[in-house]
Amino acid sequence: MNNPLFKKNIISIADLSRNELELILNVAKSLKETPQPALLKNKVIASCFFESSTRTRLSFETAVLRLGGNVIGFDDANNTSLFKKGETLVDSVKVIGAYADAFFIRHPQEGAARLTAECVDIPVINAGDGTNQHPTQTVLDLFSIFETQQTLENLNIAFVGDLKYSRTVHSLVQAISLFSCNLFFISANTLAMPDYILEALDKKNISYSMHKSIEEIIDSLDIIYITRVQKERLHETEYQHIKSVFVLKKSMLSNVRENLRILHPLPRIDEIESDIDSTPYAYYFQQAKNAIYARQAVLALLLTNKFTKGDEE
Amino acid sequence: MTHKNLQVEAIEQGSVIDHISPQQGIKILKFFQFNNKNEKITIGLNLPTNNGESKDLIKIENLFISNTQANQLALFTPNATINQIKNFKVVHKYKVKLPTSFIGMLSCPNSNCICRHENVKTTFYIQKNTTLKLKCHYCEKSFDRTFFNELY
Ligand SMILES: [Zn+2]
Repeated sequence: MNNPLFKKNIISIADLSRNELELILNVAKSLKETPQPALLKNKVIASCFFESSTRTRLSFETAVLRLGGNVIGFDDANNTSLFKKGETLVDSVKVIGAYADAFFIRHPQEGAARLTAECVDIPVINAGDGTNQHPTQTVLDLFSIFETQQTLENLNIAFVGDLKYSRTVHSLVQAISLFSCNLFFISANTLAMPDYILEALDKKNISYSMHKSIEEIIDSLDIIYITRVQKERLHETEYQHIKSVFVLKKSMLSNVRENLRILHPLPRIDEIESDIDSTPYAYYFQQAKNAIYARQAVLALLLTNKFTKGDEE
Repeated sequence: MTHKNLQVEAIEQGSVIDHISPQQGIKILKFFQFNNKNEKITIGLNLPTNNGESKDLIKIENLFISNTQANQLALFTPNATINQIKNFKVVHKYKVKLPTSFIGMLSCPNSNCICRHENVKTTFYIQKNTTLKLKCHYCEKSFDRTFFNELY
């Protein structure tokens, strides 16, 4: 079986099939176990950040360098002559696309990565387009779940915090709904999961339930995915209330499953008490490191035809 | 002369868009910019139908609407029929069908969508769940059809 992602783009998690996601996860696992420092030798990857995002950019560029590739690009379009000269995105990416072997793009407007992919002949990876998609974040989250549980089937997964605005949560729920897991949503009413996501879950017959506190269900969970509540989304009093209710405390972990792992896309504020960091349940720093392997896997699959399903090197 | 013929003047050749949902006639006229043409247009609003309901109706002389164009009307009026008239006779009758996508026709309601800032053709995909929605190819957001008030 050929690698179905060779020379393709990674724009939206919705474009990826379950098979393709599993392939990416298997390659990420393989690259984590056996580094391939020359896989992208002589390849030039364009790293184009039309808005800055330090964490994402560093992990993408590290992934390229760990595979032996080279990086060109910019970390904020405001510092480049592109903006000052008023060039359109289409013109800018056509020129950059002619220099490089692959392209990753971060842009403040939704749809910028898809438009880029339509304008250039090289693979494009979406590194975040406005409030829309950030597919490699979802891949690294899935990889962290897969790695800690050895499966993506029949898991009890809770999402806690900002379920209304969090792009990360929405994409991960979308991806995990390709597998049969039980989902638990824990949030304040004002930050509840949007209806369109729930409708999509209904359509796929995915079981889910809503809860007002973490303690209600924590003892039956395999994964807790907790996110930061953004202060600017709420009134000050509401923020203070929500912040105090949806906090994960060490005392809540006394009867949890041994395989429970806590994930967080970081940065955290105070929704996970820091004394949890030293427990075996904390996995958010390893999760952050998995960004490198997830992005390496995507680069490896788009740029080489060496990996096929069930036949990882 | 029948009652029906009294309502709107017959045309020699052109198109009659019939069974337009009430309140949609003026919108269709504007949306498809039929009123920018120099041909004679007759519009009927709130005309009674045989089953006691009401409808809007548009007659445009010397203009023949293709099936593709007709299907775009389905966004606003899913039950419309298009009659092509030649020599005062209906030579072709077509009931509109909702297409699977709208290409280069609608403007994205999301002001932060890349298609609002770059010179690109928009595409919207029809999503039929409980209500009809249109999903933007670029920003991937879905919108109710009431969000679309202007042509691209
Ligand atoms: Zn859009």
